Amino acid sequence: MAIESPKIMGYGTSPKRKEDPRFLHGKGTYVDDIKLPGMLHMDIVRSPYAHAKITNINIEPALETPGVLAVITGKDLDAAGLAWMPTLMSDTQMVLPVEKVVYQSQEVAAVIATDRYTAADGVMAVEVDYEPLPAVVDPFKALEKDSPLVRPDKGKDTNHIWHWEAGDKDATDKVFADADIVVEEDLYIPRIHVASIETCGCVASYDAVNGKLTIWMTTQAPHAIRTVFSLVSGIPEHKIRVISPDIGGGFGGKVPVYPGYVIAVVASLKTGRPVKWIEDRSENLQADSFARDYHITAQLAADKDGRIRGMKVKTLADHGAADAAANPSKFPAGLFSICTGSYDLEAAHVEVDAVYTTKPPGGVAYRCSFRVTEAVHTIERMVDRLAVELDRDPADLRYQNFIPKENFPYKSPTGWEYDSGDYKQALDVALERIGYEDLRKEQAEKRARGELMGIGISTFTEIVGAGPSNTFDILGIKMFDSAEIRIHPTGSAIVRIGVQTQGQGHETTFAQIVAEELGLPVDNITVEHGDTDTAPYGLGTYASRSTPTAGAATAVAARKIREKAKHIAAHLLECNPDDLEWKDYKFSVKGVPDRSKTMQEIAFAAYTNHPQGMEAGLEAVNYYDPPNLTFPFGAYVCVVDIDPGTGVVKIRRFVAIDDCGTVINPMIVEGQIHGGLTMGMAPSLFEEIPYDENGNNMAGTFMDYLLPTSLETPNWETGNTVTPSPHHPFGAKGVGESPTVGAPPAIVNAVVDALSHLGVKHVDIPMTPWKIHKLITDAQATTA
Amino acid sequence: MIPGKFEYHVPADVGQAAALLRHYDGEAKILAGGQSLIPMMRFRLAQPEHLIDLSKVPGLSYIEERDGHLAIGALTTESELEHNATIRDRYPILKDATDVIADPLVRNLATVGGNIAHADPANDHPAVLLALRADVVATGVDGHRVIPIDEFFLDTFVTGLEPDEILTEIRIPTAKSGTGSAYLKLERKVGDYAIGAVAVSMVVRDGVIAEAGVAMTNVSPYPVRAVQTEAALVGRPATAATFAAAAETASQECEPSGDNRGPEEYKRAVIRTLAERAFSLAAERAN
Repeated sequence: MAIESPKIMGYGTSPKRKEDPRFLHGKGTYVDDIKLPGMLHMDIVRSPYAHAKITNINIEPALETPGVLAVITGKDLDAAGLAWMPTLMSDTQMVLPVEKVVYQSQEVAAVIATDRYTAADGVMAVEVDYEPLPAVVDPFKALEKDSPLVRPDKGKDTNHIWHWEAGDKDATDKVFADADIVVEEDLYIPRIHVASIETCGCVASYDAVNGKLTIWMTTQAPHAIRTVFSLVSGIPEHKIRVISPDIGGGFGGKVPVYPGYVIAVVASLKTGRPVKWIEDRSENLQADSFARDYHITAQLAADKDGRIRGMKVKTLADHGAADAAANPSKFPAGLFSICTGSYDLEAAHVEVDAVYTTKPPGGVAYRCSFRVTEAVHTIERMVDRLAVELDRDPADLRYQNFIPKENFPYKSPTGWEYDSGDYKQALDVALERIGYEDLRKEQAEKRARGELMGIGISTFTEIVGAGPSNTFDILGIKMFDSAEIRIHPTGSAIVRIGVQTQGQGHETTFAQIVAEELGLPVDNITVEHGDTDTAPYGLGTYASRSTPTAGAATAVAARKIREKAKHIAAHLLECNPDDLEWKDYKFSVKGVPDRSKTMQEIAFAAYTNHPQGMEAGLEAVNYYDPPNLTFPFGAYVCVVDIDPGTGVVKIRRFVAIDDCGTVINPMIVEGQIHGGLTMGMAPSLFEEIPYDENGNNMAGTFMDYLLPTSLETPNWETGNTVTPSPHHPFGAKGVGESPTVGAPPAIVNAVVDALSHLGVKHVDIPMTPWKIHKLITDAQATTA
Repeated sequence: MIPGKFEYHVPADVGQAAALLRHYDGEAKILAGGQSLIPMMRFRLAQPEHLIDLSKVPGLSYIEERDGHLAIGALTTESELEHNATIRDRYPILKDATDVIADPLVRNLATVGGNIAHADPANDHPAVLLALRADVVATGVDGHRVIPIDEFFLDTFVTGLEPDEILTEIRIPTAKSGTGSAYLKLERKVGDYAIGAVAVSMVVRDGVIAEAGVAMTNVSPYPVRAVQTEAALVGRPATAATFAAAAETASQECEPSGDNRGPEEYKRAVIRTLAERAFSLAAERAN
């Protein structure tokens, strides 16, 4: 029996993930798995106060602890000019404080010891004297004239950071003036945390002999980190190597530079030995960058027949003690102005003001492209809010206002050009799948019996794939991304990419791109990433940008190779290249399909029998500058039942129809959607980091930061439609964040729908049992 | 989350363990499943100088009916309780409780003895054992003694165990005919402590509640029987009206305080709902 040759497994096929065997066998290499000879361990002294003057730090008792080699304080760093560091938003953030702390659990000093336990004992031995200052917790009060200043170093007499707006104010005012109806709602999108299973950490190793600094770190953007480190430290960039090994989840929380990384580098420079720093869970939850924390007031203007005409949004963004977001430089509020969503509005105006408070810095883009979760929540809630006001079915109102598919590319009132979309089709599929009409009948029957059931819809538009170099950069570095492909003589290949996987499955999907474009079996293609000494320069993985940018680069590089391969094939087949066609993964002479050459044959010839005058070898590089962003979308429908006796919301069904354009690997996309929906459900029902009036974090461990498990997670019903991106080389749009962005309003809309007959018009997330119970009992009290 | 220094002891039997306890006179803690103690040590909320690990002590893991009671060895794990046929068929309240204690990973290690001896009002077994009017057996250097469960929980994290005594067995009176029991818990997510929970065991004869034991979880400073609620059940017909009225009593009798799980009035409402449902389920099981 003949051995079956390996399959190509290109677009639309689901080979198993190449990375899974090592993870399933426990053979992944995470940063904490890095162990170097002579390696020291670092632990961090943290502030118990949200806002306090540091009057003294006594490190002597710690230095007397056997095994403690050094204690680093802000004064040490200040002497080296490293007490402060830039954030990715060009704000500044303390590495270690010299004068005062500005959030609870802020880094105060670092203990370097021979083992992890001794480092922890050393932390307990450091004596810090604090003089508490008033905490600044409420962002609205932070803007009042008499508020204490969080950042006097900024030289301003206010906690206000920046004001940003998009859209046309005058045009919007005009639409509002002559619209029949205006609805308004306050929405709070609470502070949450990415809570990746692997916390943050690094191993910094400075080799004094060759002057090279190697940092293994939990980063989603190793190249950008290398450049920033070089600029801040003055170490030449070729003497810095950043390695991002296996990463246990990033979700935006591993884009920023945290003080611990910098201190570990300083500690290695100081001791001449490798230094490992790995956060524990509490440190991760309490001190690392948060996400969201947007206080939004939104208005929709509409005609009484239901046509939505305009939108106004005013937002207060609580950034904590520093604007440590990781947005593109020109977009301090990210892509929040996508908030007109899937609807054809005449005008919109969006304003965001950012403010300092005594909370950890942020806010990172937690699986949301950049602030798209906040935008989608706003528009999808407001459409439902309008539907209630007009007594319209929320599905009907959406159909009436969708941007028709023939209007793409569509110019939005806030300036975006949507690439493609068919919103009606997605909602048709979702409503059909869930049985919308029957559910509405069931709801009416249940309501008559006093039972609480609701149906919620979210028809969201995402904006991902940042981004075109004319508008998108981070600290000046343009947001292109890259790929290098090298075909070996026997027809296998290595692909190196500028983006870095944290669970997305790049080692599989990027191999599939090359497989499809070059007709090589996916099993014969290796994908490497994450090591700045070997991978091409790229901006990293976040904002669902890998496939739109580096995926495009991979396809373009593969097509360059295919073009060269065509000439080699012509040489081998003794014909004119123009007589060849690429069909069924090989070059054959037009009209004579038997005369053909596979890529494997061509690759061998590229090294053994290449045409005179042509360079040997078969490889290509591409740095892809996307012409536009991509705009994935979807239609989600959620059904909830609410227990009036306890206020518990149970998601009975959830249908998610996604459209991310061309799908590379349906299995991986489905996995992304399942994970993303769960991460969308989490803040809707469970997660929040509240602070008390003294700025104490009230959810600093997993006992109170309620990460849902499989047991809280409903059975997600997924499906898709395919509307390719017209500008992406193979029509893909990116999908990782769509479900996180799209799910919350579907769940909230379902809950509000279940309670609407009681007069409930809005609920902020998380919709905890006690919050829902109170709405029900308050409504009963009003009726009684 | 690194614990402070401690010395670790692995006694071979209960006698050695009790002797170590006496020797270290209040400076030692017993380590059973470690599912509460180890996290407390990692946060340095507990910093015992000596840890006495019972994992090598034989003969403390069993579930057997004898001498008019169900005897459960203190080192019996929650998952052993959860999957035991006697418990499932004859003591459904214990099955109810073990199903909702923490999560399966914790239940594989956590012991029923530890759950009791920790005396955390948020733990689930105390209310169940109070409702069942269980006894616990304490073993010291000088021998055994039996402590009625009503005399066991003295305050938050404080029990009637002497400093050199180890809880070794739990005794639950054999279920009489006509007994029905239930434990209903509401938690924010799996693995959470209860927002509130209600344990009830009742004997129903000719449609009338002849005996009742009721206790609640995480709505009082320490685990205690709900005697007013019991009084609202005993001698009354096992009907929805009785259960609703007794549930109202339970919501008044509990002493919750507001926290991340909700304000006080919400917790009282949860107790009312759970009590009514638990009473009704227990009565159903009594038939």
